[in-house]
Amino acid sequence: MIVLGIETSCDETGIALYDSARGLIGHVLHSQVELHAEYGGVVPELASRDHIRYLSPLIQQLLAETGLRLQQLDGIAYTAGPGLIGALMSGAALGRALAWSLGIPALEVHHMEGHLLAPMLEHRPPAFPFIALLVSGGHTLLAEVTGVGEYRLMGQSLDDAAGEAFDKTAKIMGLGYPGGPALAKLAEQGRREVWRFPRPMTDRPGLDFSFSGLKTFALTTLQNLDTSASDYQQQLADVARAFEDAVVDTLVIKSERALREAEAQRLVIAGGVGANLHLREQLAVMVQRHDAELFYPRIEFCTDNGAMIAHVGCLRLLAGETQPLQIAARARWSMEDLRAPEQVEK
Amino acid sequence: MKLLALDTATEACSVALYVDGEISQRYRLAPREHSHLILQMLDDCLAEAELKLSQLDALAFGRGPGSFMGLRIAAGVVQGISLAQDLPIVPVSTLASIAHIQMQQRGAMRVLAAIDARMAEVYWGAFINNNGLPVLQGQEMVLPPEQVPIPDTEGWSGAGTGWGSYADLLVRRLGDHVSTSQAEVFPSAASIAELAVVGLASGEQGVAAAQAIPVYLRDQVAKKAASR
Ligand SMILES: Nc1ncnc2c1ncn2[C@@H]1O[C@H](COP(=O)(O)OP(=O)(O)O)[C@@H](O)[C@H]1O
Repeated sequence: MIVLGIETSCDETGIALYDSARGLIGHVLHSQVELHAEYGGVVPELASRDHIRYLSPLIQQLLAETGLRLQQLDGIAYTAGPGLIGALMSGAALGRALAWSLGIPALEVHHMEGHLLAPMLEHRPPAFPFIALLVSGGHTLLAEVTGVGEYRLMGQSLDDAAGEAFDKTAKIMGLGYPGGPALAKLAEQGRREVWRFPRPMTDRPGLDFSFSGLKTFALTTLQNLDTSASDYQQQLADVARAFEDAVVDTLVIKSERALREAEAQRLVIAGGVGANLHLREQLAVMVQRHDAELFYPRIEFCTDNGAMIAHVGCLRLLAGETQPLQIAARARWSMEDLRAPEQVEK
Repeated sequence: MKLLALDTATEACSVALYVDGEISQRYRLAPREHSHLILQMLDDCLAEAELKLSQLDALAFGRGPGSFMGLRIAAGVVQGISLAQDLPIVPVSTLASIAHIQMQQRGAMRVLAAIDARMAEVYWGAFINNNGLPVLQGQEMVLPPEQVPIPDTEGWSGAGTGWGSYADLLVRRLGDHVSTSQAEVFPSAASIAELAVVGLASGEQGVAAAQAIPVYLRDQVAKKAASR
């Protein structure tokens, strides 16, 4: 079964082709990061306008690159939520109409489920069950995954998501938007333990997160720096390092707890912050202590992409799931509302 | 000539099929339900005419101005159909459609079409009736009702939701230039189909999926960080 995946939940237009027999056939991505950088954040209306402009050219580009024709498709999967409603609607309208016009089934995909199962796109996919640490710009959560659609939420952020904390702190430090990757880069030059930031909510039981205090801590620390000092750049890097260490440590501590609590052998990282190399390193060290294994998607599939949507769509369409003749898009959609696909008798 | 048209730019959601001179239409006033309705309406319209998408020659859609979300639903849907069936798309102005309907239903010779654009503005276009077809005078624009251009001549007919929301302001601004106005006029797929067919007959080519994007008119939608 060959499925075209369409992702337009935020500021990337992602298109991919996934084949149940061969795996990922190809994918293309148009990022709007530069468009929004001038505004210091994602402007929803501009994001939507960009999606409706780039969707068709990207689909045609991918078909040309892979040598496939639309008539060879068996299904269309599109992100129906959660996300920016106007952005979602652009991909949903085109995707659902495309499926209708081709006379093939369409499926609405949950964006976070796409992220969660993205490590399965790699050569060494994790087997169920596993613990997933999902850390993106909009979400931070730990879930026990026992199968497709079988997710038990173990903990989540009570305020800022980890990526959001990275971006907000980067903004305070004058690193632009979205500054998460720039902050991580600066932290590489920082020295350990020059500053020590708190590890929020690690001193009590439970698997929830709270990252909003860290940006305030960073701000206060920055205000104490001497901006005229000759080693000011080094000092900035030290602060970045202290911030990153705090986030990474916190994520590692909670992931370790989750592994223990569920007695799991596999940990999966997904979402944009999963691109953070320091986080990957520390998690690798931790899982080794537990004789467990660590899985993550390639860097480009950590952030938003069409491949993860085509993949989940294919899994669910194969199981016989379908969608009525409606364009589905919803800004809010709890992961806990997801269900395992009901196996249809074939 | 067989053409399928759709419009979701305003409170109205409509689809129409033009088959060799005959037009059939499905039309519903259903704010915020367009995404749920539009594909089923298209499906029903084709089924009733016992036609397949592969038998069509072209597509048309209300390209705006109107609700941003509505415009993208229509654009997304026609792009999807066009990609699958390799059909050209004729983008049609929603203001022209409103003027067209006002000419057909009331015999109006000059129409000032206005769609409520929120934020105390209207989408605006002046059209003259040429053998039953609306011909745009000047440009379509978005602006406060207090600033709409005053026509040189009298006997204009107002049409569109702008004439409901800003009736007082528009009447004050335009005075005797306007003799009548109806707020309950929405663009329709039937009118869009007809205008598209006329366009194609007069040599218009239609565009490919990638070029079927909305005309928003309102382009200032965010402030840059520096100018905040
Ligand atoms: N190397 C990195 N270190 C820390 N954060 C990163 C890194 N790379 C990306 N991010 C963060 O990941 C987030 C984007 O991830 P993504 O999964 O696309 O999130 P969402 O879909 O919720 O916007 C941003 O907040 C970005 O700053």
